[in-house]
Order: sequence, then structure tokens, then C-alpha cells
Amino acid sequence: MDDLVVQALSGLASASSLFLVASGLTVIFGVTRVVNFAHGSLYMLGAYVAWSLVTHGVFAFAGPFWQFWGGILGAAVVTAAIGAVIEVLLLRRIYRAPELFQLLATFGVVLVVQDVALWAWGAQDLLGPRAPMLRGAVRILGLRFPLYELFLIAVGPLVLAGLWLLFHRTRFGVLVRAATADREMVAALGVNQALLFTGVFALGAGLAGLGGALQLPRESVNLHMDLSTITEAFVVVVVGGLGSLTGAFLAALLIGELSAFGILILPKITLVLVFLVMAVVLVVRPYGLLGRAPQGLHASSGPPDPLLLPAPRALRQLGAVVLALLVGSAWVLPDYELSVLTEILVALLFAASLHFIMGPGGLASFGHAAYFGAGAYAAALLVQHAAAPMWAGMLLAPFAAGLLGLVFGWFCVRLSGVYAAMLTLAFAQIAWSTAFQWVEVTGGDNGILGVWPDAWAQPKPVFYLLALVLCVGGAMLLRRIVWAPFGAALRAGRDSPLRAEAIGIDTFRTRWMAFAISAAFAGVAGSVFAYAKGSVFPTYLGISRSVDALLMVLLGGVQTLSGPLLGAVALTGLQEQLMRGTDHWRLLLGATIILLVVFFPQGLAGAARAAWEKRA
Amino acid sequence: MSGVSRRVVMTGVLAAPMLARAQAGAPIKIGEVNSYTSQPAFLAPYRNSWILAVEQINAAGGINGRPLETIFRDDGGKPEDAVRHAGELINNEKVDLLAGGFLSNIGLALGDFANQNRKLYIASEPLTDALVWARGNRYTFRLRPSTYMQCAMLVEEAAKLPARRWAMVAPNYEYGQSSVRWFKELLTRAKPDVEFVAEQFPALGRIDAGATVQALAGARPEAIFNVTFGADLTNFVRQGNTRGLFEHRSVVSVLTGEPEYLEPLGDEAPEGWIVTGYPWEQIDNPTHTAFRAAYKARWNADPKLGSVVARDTVTAIAAALRKTSAIETEALIATFRGLTFPTSFGTGDVTFRAIDHQSTLGAFVGKTALRNGRGTMTDWRYADGAKYFPTDEVVRTLRTAPV
Repeated sequence: MDDLVVQALSGLASASSLFLVASGLTVIFGVTRVVNFAHGSLYMLGAYVAWSLVTHGVFAFAGPFWQFWGGILGAAVVTAAIGAVIEVLLLRRIYRAPELFQLLATFGVVLVVQDVALWAWGAQDLLGPRAPMLRGAVRILGLRFPLYELFLIAVGPLVLAGLWLLFHRTRFGVLVRAATADREMVAALGVNQALLFTGVFALGAGLAGLGGALQLPRESVNLHMDLSTITEAFVVVVVGGLGSLTGAFLAALLIGELSAFGILILPKITLVLVFLVMAVVLVVRPYGLLGRAPQGLHASSGPPDPLLLPAPRALRQLGAVVLALLVGSAWVLPDYELSVLTEILVALLFAASLHFIMGPGGLASFGHAAYFGAGAYAAALLVQHAAAPMWAGMLLAPFAAGLLGLVFGWFCVRLSGVYAAMLTLAFAQIAWSTAFQWVEVTGGDNGILGVWPDAWAQPKPVFYLLALVLCVGGAMLLRRIVWAPFGAALRAGRDSPLRAEAIGIDTFRTRWMAFAISAAFAGVAGSVFAYAKGSVFPTYLGISRSVDALLMVLLGGVQTLSGPLLGAVALTGLQEQLMRGTDHWRLLLGATIILLVVFFPQGLAGAARAAWEKRA
Repeated sequence: MSGVSRRVVMTGVLAAPMLARAQAGAPIKIGEVNSYTSQPAFLAPYRNSWILAVEQINAAGGINGRPLETIFRDDGGKPEDAVRHAGELINNEKVDLLAGGFLSNIGLALGDFANQNRKLYIASEPLTDALVWARGNRYTFRLRPSTYMQCAMLVEEAAKLPARRWAMVAPNYEYGQSSVRWFKELLTRAKPDVEFVAEQFPALGRIDAGATVQALAGARPEAIFNVTFGADLTNFVRQGNTRGLFEHRSVVSVLTGEPEYLEPLGDEAPEGWIVTGYPWEQIDNPTHTAFRAAYKARWNADPKLGSVVARDTVTAIAAALRKTSAIETEALIATFRGLTFPTSFGTGDVTFRAIDHQSTLGAFVGKTALRNGRGTMTDWRYADGAKYFPTDEVVRTLRTAPV
């Protein structure tokens, strides 16, 4: 019993830490609608800056107490300033871009910060000092409990109260709440939005920095803090309801306590628990614990998508030439170049399949890797357990992935916007942890080896041509479906659900089927990838692969059909080149993404189309 | 006479490209794939040591007059990227053999790739037993002592402890799970009356240290077996120290004595833990002292365990290349089986076993201690890897691949 009480206190301390990061994220999203992927990076920077300020004794002149606490607060201020700079230089330029486009920009920031932190603070984990006066422990029911954890338990509610006062008792806060409720109305009333957004972003960044800095006496500061934090912070924000501070607080409590007690019953649940919680909450409450359904008819907040037009003649001719070149490459290029091209083809189909549900379907997926991985695992398991030939694996892949898409999609397509995206992420993480932990069947993180093509397809040019047929064929088929009546119904459901229903379109069913189709094509891409690499690992279903797909679609431009294809080629090609050439590929890739985002806010294909139309 | 000259001409025609590369002076190329950007703390000292070892070999005249050349590639922690680089290294760079790998799954992916493409692969860092046993193949050799070996070394010490009630904490992935499994199995064999009262599997890199420590303490164990490392270890130790988890309890911990893991703990490094590791500042034999001094002179830093692993890998590769007449995969495999080379630990020769392609490199087993505000090892001894294998019959059942 005593153990359980102390366990509950441990859960509270974790909850407080979670809430600090999540509060900043939810404030930023509530006002600016930016899905700030760089929030984890700001958290990491907060911890690193605090370490530097404290260990170098910047505030040592004011005594040991202020040397520490001055450093912590100083780190929050510095991070807030960094946040303001990011907002002014980068995000301010792209608020008018399509929804989620800012995610691409903040992802560029993540990559840049990773390399900068490595350069500035070195590779080794850093251990900060303990907090003065809070070093030891107190006895609670005979068990020792760290004083600092007690302090953290208090910080969460204090920050919540502080933010409540800020939002309810100051003019800035009132404006922030007004902007959260109705951005357009606030703008119409003449409020300086630019200033408001910068302020909010700095506030959110400062909270992230404070959260990171407060971990100093508790955890080592390391280069993996950013990505290990960001997903959990997102989960808390979404479970709580986007933009709701109290919701985030409740969600943090829920997740903190469930983790603390969950490991007592099922020690191995650590990988998946938060995502299980999110899946359950979103299925039961589609807008999180305390979130509210967005106002108005249109679920997304960006400007409506432009009408899809058939490709101009010149583009078709260009496509034919490129295709002919690709076919010809099989006879000309050496093996390695062909294997890179094969990878690009896989990326192309994967991106096209995500675009199918994201563009015409209007439903962003943060977990598309689940279906890619399902295809790869279906093929690999068939090889491993039934020694099946390659064609059988490739045939099974779309059905396995499509089936998974049917199951997950049934839940996901009921939701909209970021909630739907996060539910897809939750399901993808559940699939990932299954692949990761069901060692007897999937081999766990050691994966499945020996998934090589049949003898006839082993020569690189042959396999390349096979990949070309499957991937380009798949992408063209998807394109065909967009123009078919089914695709028209899908786009109608996205643009105006009410009118679509009124003319007899079952929008739920259409989106659900589209989700499954998109999953099936991702599965094809996954199976080709599995045979190209010869092995399958849980990373194929991981978050970073889902993010890759998202980046390709956004980089290319979500509003055009050829965008994702262009994005896939650009991102995969760029990464391959940079990784081979330099250890600083993250910095260069991140910087490139940021520049592309600033100069081509409609994506590469969008920019190309704009240039073409201007010329015509 | 004419017969001889015709054969020379024929060989020359058939092997023209080979010959062009094999002529004296042309470098012997090693393709090295590792997770440089995702694991910089471990792999920077590794790569530095590798570069130094190659420089020293080349300064001394190379391999039979040919210099060694290494082409490094970063896989970013992803097996699929590692495999792509391996393809590029073989097809474009025409490397003579592959090496590297830090994460176990990347080691396995590279091993399988080597098997498929019939190229030699020397795995330096990965720990998983599967690399040489369940999924071992004839093209893959591994240097570092495996999970099994590390556990066997520790069980030897753990069995001497009076403790009977054990709790386990390990990161939630293959390495952590295998370590726990071997430790339980071997300890039960050595001391049948032990019981295992709690297990915790925090997610790698995301330990909820307070709750984990409390869950372990709640089971009232007499001893703890720890597999966590890196940031997880730091957080676990901090919470454990403050909450008194380690008081009056023995702790047995894998890898914690390696400077990579001990140094970040600073003055909070735990004392009296039984660990495997590398007391680099205390090993004062001529070989190791020379290595340490050379490393310090070249990089102005002290060596880490990764530095030893890299240097020994290069030493082994160089030894094999010197012994092999033709730089060609099959000949190299034959040489590597049973190849003996000196380790830079200075503890004598190490052998690549023919039976499972695992080297007999060992580790240092000792206790952690604090000295001048830093963690270090005391009471250590070198545990020769050769003594910590299952019997050959067992190995044959574990390793299914044709030898």
C-alpha cells in the first residue's frame, strides 16, 4: 500500500514534467495552428542552455541559489528568444500556406538544431548539478522520496495557475484566447496578429525551455531529448484537446499515473502505453478530453484547395520522356545507381499513396508507415514461415496492408484535422510496437533477414524494372482513381461534406475506402522495399518513416497530383547525396528544407505550376 | 616455357581489372558503415582510433606494400540506409571488405547483406548473439564480446554473492531482453536457489526513472541486475541514489564500467557495482600504454572502449590481409577462421573462432568506485572471452548456418 502511494507520487512528478512541455505546444497550436515539430528541440535547447548557464556559473555572483535558479530561468528566457526568432524569420512567412505545411518548416529546424547542439555541446551526455536545497529526500510513509520530485509536482499546477491568470487577467491573454477561438475575427477587429503570434510562439518556446531546464537535476542532457519528448508532448496535447491547457494538464496526469502503475502490472507496456491511451481517448472522445469541435463547416483552417485540373499537354509529354529515360536507365546505369533509383521509386509510390488520402481525401496521416511496414512484414513473414516465392509476397502485401487500413481507417476517418492525424499515429505506433515486441513471430527489433528476390529478379536491372512497373504503375493507377467518379466523390466529401451528403454520397464510406486503398498501395511500396533491402525491421513502421512520407508530400506540394512524386525524388535523392558526402547532412538537409519552405510555400510542384501559369 | 607464358597471358587477360587494382601501391579498401550521427558519443572515439590505427599501419609500409584505405559511411541509425551504403561501397567504391555496425539490427542487416553478396563483413561493435549464432553466416565475423559472454562474466561474480532475491531492469529491446534471459538462465544454473522477484523494461532512451526505481524497490530484492545504459542509466542512478534503492543491495551491471557510460555519471557514479568495462587509466602494460599514449597524442583525448574496438578491428583486418595471398573474399574467410592477433588491451592474443566466427576478445570485470569525483573501476581483472562460451556442442545447436 505504501509502495502504491509513493508510486502515485512518482507518477505525479512525471505528469508535471509532461505538462510543462505540452502546455507550450498547446498554446502555440491553439493560436497559430502550427504543428510545431521543433517543440522537442526547444525543450532540448532549454536543457542544454540551462546546463551551460549553471555549470559556467553565469549567475554565480548572486550566490549558489541564484547560480542554479537563475540559470534555469535564464534558459527559459533564452529559449523564448530563440522561439521568437524562429517565428519571425520562418513561420511568419508561411502562415498562408496549406495546412500542416508549417510542420515541414519546423522539421527543418529540428534537423538544424540537432547538428548545432552536437557542435556546441559535444556528443557526450551531460550531467547537470542537483538543485540547491532540494538535493535530498523526505520520508513518506517510511519510504524515501526525492525532494526535487515533490517540487516538480508543485510546479505543474503553479504553471497552470500562472497561465490561467495570464490568459484571463491580462489583455494579451484575452487576445490569445480570442485568437484561439476565432482567428479571423480577431484579425478583423484590428489586432496586430503578427505581434500576437510572435508573443505566443515565444511564450510556448519559453515553456518548452523551462520544461527542459527543470529536468537538469533529474536527467542527463543529451542529443536524443528532442525526439523522445516531442511525440509524448503531442500525445498529451491531443488527448487533452488541442489548445486546452486544463485538458493538457488532465492528460498529463492521466498518462503519468497510467505509466507509473502500468509498469507494475505489465513491465513491457512502456513502448506503447501512451499511444494506447491516445487511441482509446480519441475513439471515445474525438476532440480529446476537453477539446471542442472546430467552428464552421470546413474542418481544416487553411484556404480551400484549388480545383484539380488535368495535366497540361507539356507536362504529359515531360512525364513520358522521364518514363522513357527511367526505362532506359536499366540498360545504362551501374548497379548501385539502379538500387538508389529503386529506392526513389519506392518513395514515390509511398508518397503518392499518402497523398491520395491527404490531398483528395483531406485526411493527413502521421502514421502512414504502418501500411508500408505491413506490406513489408507480410512479404517477409511469408518468406520466413512459408518459404514463399517473391510474387506471393508481393501479392499478399497490398491485401495485408489494405486490411490493416480498413481496420484502422474505420476509426480514423471519423475524425478530422490534427485529431485524425494523431489517431493514425497512435495506431501506427501500436503496429510498430507489435512488430517490435512480438519477438517469436516478427523477430523483434532484430527484424527478419533473408528476404531476397527470387533468382530471376536478383540482377539489379531486372529488379529495378520490376520496381518501376509496380511503383510507377501504382502511382498512375492512384492518379486514375482520383479522376474516376470515386475520386470525384472523395474530393466532394473533402470540399463540402454537407453538399456531398445531400447529393447522396456516403462520405464516411468513401473516405474509409480511400483510406484502405491508400494503405494497400503503401503496402506494395513496402513489399518492394523489403525485397530490395533483403531485410525487414520495425523501423519500417516507425515514426521517422511516416514523417518522411509526410515531408515528401508537403515538399512537393499537397495540392497537385505530381507534387508528391517530385517531393519523393527531391527528398530521397537529396538525403542519399548528403549522407554519402558529409557528416553534417542533417544541417544541410534541414537548411535546404527551410529555404525551400520559405521560397516555395506551395511546394515544389505548386511553385512550378505557378511559374507555368504566369508564363502562359 | 611457352606453356608458362601462355598461362600468364591468359590470367592477365581474364583478370585484367583485378590485376589493375591488385598491383603494388594500390590501396586495399575497407568500407566502414556506422551510426556516426545517431550515436556520436560512442562512435567519435571509435572513428578517431580507427583513423589512427590505419595511419600507423600505412606509416609502417602498409600491407605488403599496399596502403589501407577506409571509406566511412553514416547510416543515421537505420538498417535500410546501412544496406544502401554497403551496396554503394561494394559496387562503386569496390571495397575489398565491409566492417562496422554499432546497433545490433544494423549489424544483422549488414551481415545478411554480406551473405547475399558474398563479401566479408567484420562486425566490430554489435552485441547481439544472433549475429554469430541464430543468424550467423559464413561471411560475418564479430569482434566484441557478445551479450552472452558479458552476462556469463557477470554471472560468475553474481553467483558468489549471498543474494537470493534478484530484480532486473533492462531497456525494452532485444539486447535488454537477451541479457535478462541469459543472466537468469546462467545464474539459475550456477545457483539453483535464486528467485527473480521483479522485472522492469523501460523504453530505450525514455525511462520513467522514478516509477521504475520505486517498482523495483517495492519488490524488496536483495540484488539488482541492470542492463540500462546511457541516458537511461544516468536517470536511473540519480533516482536510485536519492531513493536509496542501492543501499544494502548488490548491483550487477552490464557495460557500466566502460568509460562511455561511467564518465557522464560524473561524481554520481555508483560505488561497488559489479560491472564489465574498461579501466583505461589503470592498464599499464607496454602494449596498452603505447596505445593510450599514441591516441592521446593524436586526438588529445583519452581512449574509450570504442577506441579499443576500432583499433582491434583494424589490427585483425591487417593481420588477415598480411596472411592472405590474394585479397579475395574466400581466401580472407579462410584466414579469419582461427586468425590470431594481439589486442590493444595488452592482455595477449585473441582468436576468431572457426566454429562461430566470434572473437575471444574479453572484457574487464571489476567494481565501480569514485576517485577524485569520477567513476572508475577497482578490483578488476581481465576476463578472457575464450572462457565464457557455451560448449561447442551447444554452439553447434545455436548456430544453424552452414560453417
